[in-house]
Amino acid sequence: MEISSAEALIRSLEIEGVSVVFGYPGGAILPVYDSLFHSKKIKHILTRSEQAAAHAASGYARVSRKVGVCMATSGPGATNLVTGIATAYMDSVPIVAITGQVATSLIGRDVFQEVDITGATAPFTKHNYLVKKAEDVPRIVKEAFYIASTGRPGPVLIDLPKDVAETRIEFKYPEQVVLRGYKPKTNGHPLQISRAAEAINKAQRPVICAGGGVNSAGAEEELLKLAEKAHIPVATSLMGIGAFPEDHPLSLGMLGMHGTPYANIAVTESDLIIAAGARFGDRLTGRVAGFAPNAKIIHIDIDPAEIGKNVKPDIPIVGDVKLVLAEILKEVYPKQPTEWNSRIAELKKKTISYDRTSRLCPQEVIEALSAKTGGDAIITTEVGSHQMWVAQLYKFTKPRTFISSGGLGTMGYGLPAAIGAKFAKPDKNVINICGDGSFQMNMAELATAVENNLSLKMILFNNRGLGLVRQLQEFYCEKRYSQVHFGFVPDFVKLAESYGIKARRIDSREELDGALDELICEKGCFLLECIVDINENVYPMVLNGSPINEMIGG
Amino acid sequence: MKTTLSVLVENHPGVLSRVAGLFSRRGFNIDSLAVGTTENPEISRMTIVVDGDEYIVEQVKKQLNKLVDVIKVSKIIPEESVSRELVLIKVDAEPQVRSEIIHIAEIFRANIVDVSRKSMIIELTGDKDKVSAFEELLKPFGIKELVRTGVIAVNRGNKTIKIEEDE
Repeated sequence: MEISSAEALIRSLEIEGVSVVFGYPGGAILPVYDSLFHSKKIKHILTRSEQAAAHAASGYARVSRKVGVCMATSGPGATNLVTGIATAYMDSVPIVAITGQVATSLIGRDVFQEVDITGATAPFTKHNYLVKKAEDVPRIVKEAFYIASTGRPGPVLIDLPKDVAETRIEFKYPEQVVLRGYKPKTNGHPLQISRAAEAINKAQRPVICAGGGVNSAGAEEELLKLAEKAHIPVATSLMGIGAFPEDHPLSLGMLGMHGTPYANIAVTESDLIIAAGARFGDRLTGRVAGFAPNAKIIHIDIDPAEIGKNVKPDIPIVGDVKLVLAEILKEVYPKQPTEWNSRIAELKKKTISYDRTSRLCPQEVIEALSAKTGGDAIITTEVGSHQMWVAQLYKFTKPRTFISSGGLGTMGYGLPAAIGAKFAKPDKNVINICGDGSFQMNMAELATAVENNLSLKMILFNNRGLGLVRQLQEFYCEKRYSQVHFGFVPDFVKLAESYGIKARRIDSREELDGALDELICEKGCFLLECIVDINENVYPMVLNGSPINEMIGG
Repeated sequence: MKTTLSVLVENHPGVLSRVAGLFSRRGFNIDSLAVGTTENPEISRMTIVVDGDEYIVEQVKKQLNKLVDVIKVSKIIPEESVSRELVLIKVDAEPQVRSEIIHIAEIFRANIVDVSRKSMIIELTGDKDKVSAFEELLKPFGIKELVRTGVIAVNRGNKTIKIEEDE
């Protein structure tokens, strides 16, 4: 029986196991929404902007380790997805974005709501398709899910012109993907693996740098085994947070620009860096020449283009970090704690400190929340000071429980990502931590949360401005504070209440404990607003061009 | 440093823009790019001359390989390959200098493909050096237009660049 290719698209999504789609309808994507109307397997979540749909798909994907799906119409719908797609690309998150497009006969004529979205997104999608023939739809969906979820995960966009969507085809879902130009390598080279194991066996001061790859590959067990077998301390990148339990004696926490002093010093003193699924981003390495100057470097990454891009490794291994670590583990000798471990223990005595004598500060709120949840929650964040404090001070003990925009640093990510996360793990407490700056970027999504009866928790640090930008201006612009203070901020408690969300505002330490209990126990959504000082800086801080062991406030 | 890469790609619309876009957004410099279909009509072959050090060339290769439409990227070694470029030159050719130009063209085994009262068009095939030398010799006569195809290259002997059909 013939069906429209829009229906073929929906059926293909069903076959791929998609149960939830985040999106926003419009003219050019009408046929797809019409077919979706009949689907019993796919739940569509109507966000309040397309960007939020892409972030929600990303949050969903990162927590569930499945492919997240978002859709939007042509033109502005598609361009609103762009930030979400770029965010997913930078953090290697598998999403499939589906956009409507004007009819093929009209493409290129600048008709209503036309934009070249495949051209626009080419630099930050893993691959994209402009569907020209209706019969290609099932194959393209199959390929899109395969490309998004294998190798180094990433976003794939499918642009479906309206007339193609309406064309009727005989539906047959392909069983196999045939892509001669796409063959991700998952098994590491055995010789390189042996060399890596030998280097680990010989090393006296090794450090593992675990990146987002460990979270996305589900390699946390292998990582823990390797670290424990040879007593190797583990630092993570921002994206690697949660890959290694931070309450473990071998944990060094996060390293880099705002990393822990002990992670940054340990890496600098090390004689072997084992980078697992990390890309040596600039926020992690500081000045590259001063990064682990005496260390050999083993670099494990599934993306060959990351090897040698930022830091030249001595032992490169291309492969799936889970498989590679498992292989290395076999050849690594068990080791007893050494002098290096004592040194690490010594270094760890100097923790991140802050002044908690004056007024309520965001750092203590995060530490208190960490203690209350015991790490058993999914924490999403926006981008800014609060994000760094969460990364530094919340003790993450489980993989994929810290969901934040790392590479692109997208403000407005946290709230929609929390919505996606809640759909992936409805039984978990999902808490979005934000500042008043980033909260205002996508706060319309409160409606999406309420409409879907999600129990989302929010902690909003209100400093009436942009704290982290202010901090940069303090250091780099001789305290000329340009456009970092809001002249007006809404009453966030009343705002939440207008959505039917319970909310509470606190500005003192005495109220904190009770307020957090209220937040955690509330069945519905809850917003806790904490009034904080904009002059609170994130420390330690590594200045641009400095090596990571030269920290201000470290 | 100039490096010639041979790139086999799917013969789809949009592939050229993906490749060109990759070069511009990663800041790689293309010296020349020539593209056409191969013996297999589903596959096109691009010959790209890249300007950059070893690190750049390595990155170019890896980033090209990341494109799903790129099937294979190979480096062409100058000593083991033949590279050619075709150039069409429209040169001022008043009657009094015409025979001199024809003489130069003959030495270079170039073809005169069009003659008018005041100009002629010469077609020349060769490697970069030959084309440049020819251009230098014609300059004094006045070059009105010059079009080059960009270098294409192929390995000598039995060595071929093909897709491994490993399934």
